[in-house]
Amino acid sequence: MTAIFRNETLFMTLLWIPLLPLLGTLVPLLVYRFGRRVTLALTAMPPAVSLVLVLSLMPGVFNGEVFRWQMEWIPQIGLSLAFHLDGLGLLFSLLILGIGLLVLLYARYYLSERDHMGRFYAYLILFMTAMLGVVLSDNLLQLWLFWELTSISSFLLISFWSQKTEARKGARMALTITGAGGLCLLAAFILIGEACGTYSLREVLASGDLLRNSAAYPVIIILFLLGAFTKSAQFPFHFWLPHAMAAPTPVSSYLHSATMVKAGVFLLARFYPVLSGTDLWFAIVSVVGLATLLLGAYTALFKHDLKGLLAYSTISHLGLITLLFGLDTELAAIAAVFHIINHAVFKASLFMAAGIIDHESGSRDMRQLNGLMKYMPYTATLAMVAAASMAGVPLLNGFLSKEMLFAETLHQSTLGSLSWLIPVLATLGGALAVAYSLRFIHDVFFNGEPVNLPRKPHEPPRYMRVPVEILVVICLLVGIIPDITVGRLLDAAAGAVLQAPLPDFSLAVWHGFNMPLLMSLVAVVGGSILYINRRHLFDFQGQFADIDAKHEFEKCVQWLTAAAGRLQQLIDNGRLQRYITWLVMLSLAVAGWPLLQLDSAAGSRAEMPLELPVLIGGALLLIGTVTTVIFSHLRLLALVMISIVGLIVAIAFAYFSAPDLALTQLSVEVATIILFLLALYFLPQKTPLKESTTQRIVRDLGIASAVGAVIGTLCYAMLTRPLASISDFFIANSKTGGGGTNVVNVILVDFRGFDTMGEITVLGIAALGIYKLLAGMRLYIPRADQDGQSWSKDKNPLMLALVSQSLLPLALLVSAYIFLRGHNMPGGGFIAGLITAIALVQQYVAHGVAWMKERLNLHYHALIATGLLLAVLSGLGSWLFGRPFLTTWFDHFHLPLIGEFELASAMVFDFGVYLTVIGATLLILANLGQLTTSERPKAGEG
Amino acid sequence: METLYAICVGAMTTGGVFLVLRGYTFAVVLGLTLLSYAVNLFLFASGRLVVNGAVILGESDNYADPLPQALVLTAIVIGFAMTAFALILALRARSDLGNDQVDGKTQIYDELPNKARNARQAGDD
Repeated sequence: MTAIFRNETLFMTLLWIPLLPLLGTLVPLLVYRFGRRVTLALTAMPPAVSLVLVLSLMPGVFNGEVFRWQMEWIPQIGLSLAFHLDGLGLLFSLLILGIGLLVLLYARYYLSERDHMGRFYAYLILFMTAMLGVVLSDNLLQLWLFWELTSISSFLLISFWSQKTEARKGARMALTITGAGGLCLLAAFILIGEACGTYSLREVLASGDLLRNSAAYPVIIILFLLGAFTKSAQFPFHFWLPHAMAAPTPVSSYLHSATMVKAGVFLLARFYPVLSGTDLWFAIVSVVGLATLLLGAYTALFKHDLKGLLAYSTISHLGLITLLFGLDTELAAIAAVFHIINHAVFKASLFMAAGIIDHESGSRDMRQLNGLMKYMPYTATLAMVAAASMAGVPLLNGFLSKEMLFAETLHQSTLGSLSWLIPVLATLGGALAVAYSLRFIHDVFFNGEPVNLPRKPHEPPRYMRVPVEILVVICLLVGIIPDITVGRLLDAAAGAVLQAPLPDFSLAVWHGFNMPLLMSLVAVVGGSILYINRRHLFDFQGQFADIDAKHEFEKCVQWLTAAAGRLQQLIDNGRLQRYITWLVMLSLAVAGWPLLQLDSAAGSRAEMPLELPVLIGGALLLIGTVTTVIFSHLRLLALVMISIVGLIVAIAFAYFSAPDLALTQLSVEVATIILFLLALYFLPQKTPLKESTTQRIVRDLGIASAVGAVIGTLCYAMLTRPLASISDFFIANSKTGGGGTNVVNVILVDFRGFDTMGEITVLGIAALGIYKLLAGMRLYIPRADQDGQSWSKDKNPLMLALVSQSLLPLALLVSAYIFLRGHNMPGGGFIAGLITAIALVQQYVAHGVAWMKERLNLHYHALIATGLLLAVLSGLGSWLFGRPFLTTWFDHFHLPLIGEFELASAMVFDFGVYLTVIGATLLILANLGQLTTSERPKAGEG
Repeated sequence: METLYAICVGAMTTGGVFLVLRGYTFAVVLGLTLLSYAVNLFLFASGRLVVNGAVILGESDNYADPLPQALVLTAIVIGFAMTAFALILALRARSDLGNDQVDGKTQIYDELPNKARNARQAGDD
C-alpha cells in the first residue's frame, strides 16, 4: 500500500458502534434473574452487533477510507460529539469487541454462583463502551471523558469482590494513579487545543509542526506522557497494575492485559505523528520504555503467583511497545502496532489459562502448582503455546514483533554514543522473557507433582476453554502466515499511526540469517540458562526486602492527607479571628503594594483650606472613633459613641454637597442604633476586661494601624489627584433622557436601575434571612442589667407615646414629600422608605408590639415581594414599547388647578424601592422587637 | 481639608479593623459598622470633595460628581442590611451556643468570677 486516502464519509453507523454497548450496559442488569445462559446470550448481543458493524466497515478502512460522524454538543468550549474510524481505531475496536466477547463467554463459567453476574457484566460492558469511546473519538475532550470512564469502570471491576481488602486497596490505587494521570492528560489536551485552536483530533493531527514549534510543547509532552504512562503502567507508575490483579481473572485478562492498559500506548500511537519527532520525545519515551521492559521482565521471574508473573510480564511488554514508539524510525512504530495485536492475543489467552488453573485447582501459587500436564493436558498445551509466543519462539506471533524490535534497536541513534546499549538491553529483556515463560511452563505443568492443592485439578468445562482455543489459534495463524492474516489490518493501522505512506517492510517468518535472528537465539539460550540457574537468582533476590507497593502507597496517601490537614489547620482552624486576620493581611498586601510604587502621596490637585466647622467635625469624629474602640467593652457607651461617628458622617455628606447621602445616612443611623439597642438587650452588656492577651491586642493594633494607614494614604492620594469622571454623561442626559434634575436619583432609578434592582433584592434576601434566623430563637430575657438594677416598669412612657403618635402623620407626610420630589430634588425611594420605616418603628417603641398589631397588621414579606415585583414590572414595561429593560418613560401633563406636573415610569420603580425598603427594615426591627415581649414567636413557627 | 478627611477615613478603618479582630460578637459588629462608615466615605471621596457644589441640574456649573453618590447611597442601605444580619447572627449564636464569642468557645467565659457569670445568666425564659 502506498498512500492513505482520506475519504471523509459522514456515517451514522459509526455512532452505533459505541452506542450499542452503552445501551447494552442495562441488559445484564435487567435479565440476570433469568439465568446465566440467557444473560450471556442477551448481554453479548449488542457488542456482537457492534462487531458486525465494525467488520462491515473494514473493507472501506482497508481501502484508505476514514469514516466520520459528528454532532455539535457544547460548541462554546469546542466540545462536539464526534467519532471517526481509521486503521488504528479499527484495530483497537476489533481487539476490544473481539476479546470482549470471548471474555464474556469465559466469565460465565468463571464466576461462581455467589457472584452477581448481572452487575459484573454491566461493568464489563460499560468498560467496553468507554474503551470504544477512547479509540473512536474524534474530539479531544470527548476522548478524555471516555478515558476517565475507563478508569472508573476499571475501579468498579477491580473492586468487584469488595469484601476483600486487597481488592478495595488495589482498586483505590489504580483509580488514584490512572485518575491523576487522566487529569494530566486533560491539561495536555487543553494545551494542545490552545496551541492548535481546535479540539478536533483530525485537525490536531494535521498541525504537527504548529504543535512542535509551540512554546508549550515541552509542557504538553510531559503532561501527555504522564497520562499515557500512568494508564499503561510504565515505570515509575507501574506498581498499580500488579495490585489490580485482585480483580476477577476475566477482568485481568480483558482490562489489564488486552485493552485498558493499551489505552496509554494507543495514545502514543494516536499522537505519534504530531508529538513525536523531537529529541525530547525519543529520549523520554525510549528510556521509560526500556526501564519498564527490563524491570517488568526481571520482577516477573520472581513472582510465585501466576497472575503476578503475568502482570509483571504485561508491564514488561507494555514497556517494549513504549520503547518501540520511542525509537526514531517509522518501522519501529509499525512494530509497536504489531506487538499491540500480538501481546493482546497471547496475554489474554494466558490470563484465561491462569484463571482456569486457579478455578480448577484452587491455587495460583507456582510453588504448589506442579505437574498439571497430567491433570489438564489440553489446557496445558494451549497455555504452553501462548507462553511460547510470549517468550518469542518462532512460528508464533510473539516471535515476529520481537524480531522486528531487535531489528529496529540495531540502527538507533536516540541515545547518542550510548545507543549500543539499546540492542543489548533489549536482548537482555528478551532473555528474561524467555526465562519467566519457561518458568510458567515448567513450574506449572511439569516439575513433579502438585503440593497441597485444595482440590484435585481437572479440565475446565468445555466452553470455558473455547476463548483460549480461539486466541491460541490466532497466535499460530499470525505466527505462521502473518501476511495473509493480519497484513492488511497492520497496514491500515500503521498507516493511521504514521499518517504518511508506509515504508517497505515484509511480514515474512524467515528473513535469512541475520543479526536479529542471532539476538533471538542469544535471548533463548540466555533465558534458558537463567532459568536453569534460577535457584542462585532467587537466593540473590532473597537478600532484598520485599517492598509492598500497596503498603508504601497507603503510607504516601496517609502522609498526604495528614500534610493537607496540617496545612488546612494553619489557614482554616475554625476561628473567625484567624480568617479575618488572613483576609485583612491579604488586603493590606494588595492595597499596600501599589502605594510603595507611588512616588508621593500628594497629587497635583490643590487642597481646600481647612475651616473651623470642619475641624470641629473632624475632631468629633476622631474622638468618637477612638472612644468607641476604647469603651467597646462597655457596650452601651460604645453605642453612644459610634452614633456620634455616624452623625458626623451624615453631616460630612451634607457639607460636601451630597444631600441625598446625608438624608440616607441619617435615617439609616436611626435604624441601626435602634437595632443595636434591641440586640444589646439580649447580649451581655459588658465584655469581660480580660478579653484578649496584651500581645494579641498589640498585634491587632499593629495590623489595624497598618490597614488604616494604607487606606488613609490611598484616600489622600485619590483626593489630591484630578478627577476624570464619566459623570458628565449622566449630567448631560439626566433631564433629557431620564426626565429628572436630581442626577443621583436618575442614576439610581434609570441609568443604573438594574444595579438598584439587584440591591433591593439583596436587601429583601437579607431581611428574609434575618427572619429565618429569628424564628425559633430562644434567648434569655434578662430581668435586670448587669449591676442588678431591674428594668423600668414603665414599658411605654406616656410622653413618648403621645409625641410619637402626633408625629406619625407628620413623618408620613414628610416621607411622601421626599418620595415625590425625589426625581428632581434630593430624596427618593430609599430615603422615603427609611423615613416611613422609622416613623413606624417609633410607634412600636412607644406603644409596644401588641398595640401596633391591633392597629396596623402589615405583612412585611408581602411588602418586600410587592416592591420587588413593582420594580421588575416597571422595568418590563419598557419592553412593551420596544425599549431596553428599565428605560424610563416620562411626560409632562397639565391639569387644571394643580398645574403642570410630570409622570415618569421611574416613579413606579422608585415606589418599588420604597416598599422594599420599608418591608425589609420593619421585618428586621419589628421581629426583633417582638422577641422582647410576650408576643415572641414560639419555636418552630415561621 | 483633604488631609483631615483622609485621616478620619484612616482612623475609622483602624478602629473598625481592630474591633473586627476582637473575640466577642458585639465588638465585631461594632467594627463592621465603623468599617462601613469608612468604606462609604472612601467611595464618596472618589468623586473628590466639593463644597457648595450643585446637586440639582441648573443650580450652577460646579457639579458634585453624582455617580459616587448614587453608589454610596445604595451602599449605605446594603451596609445596614449587612450589619443587621451580622447582629442577628450574633444573637442566634448566643441563643444556640450559649455565649457571645465569635468562635462559640467558652473558655474565656469560664474564667469569669462566678458572681459575674450568674448575673449574666440571670433571668428566665
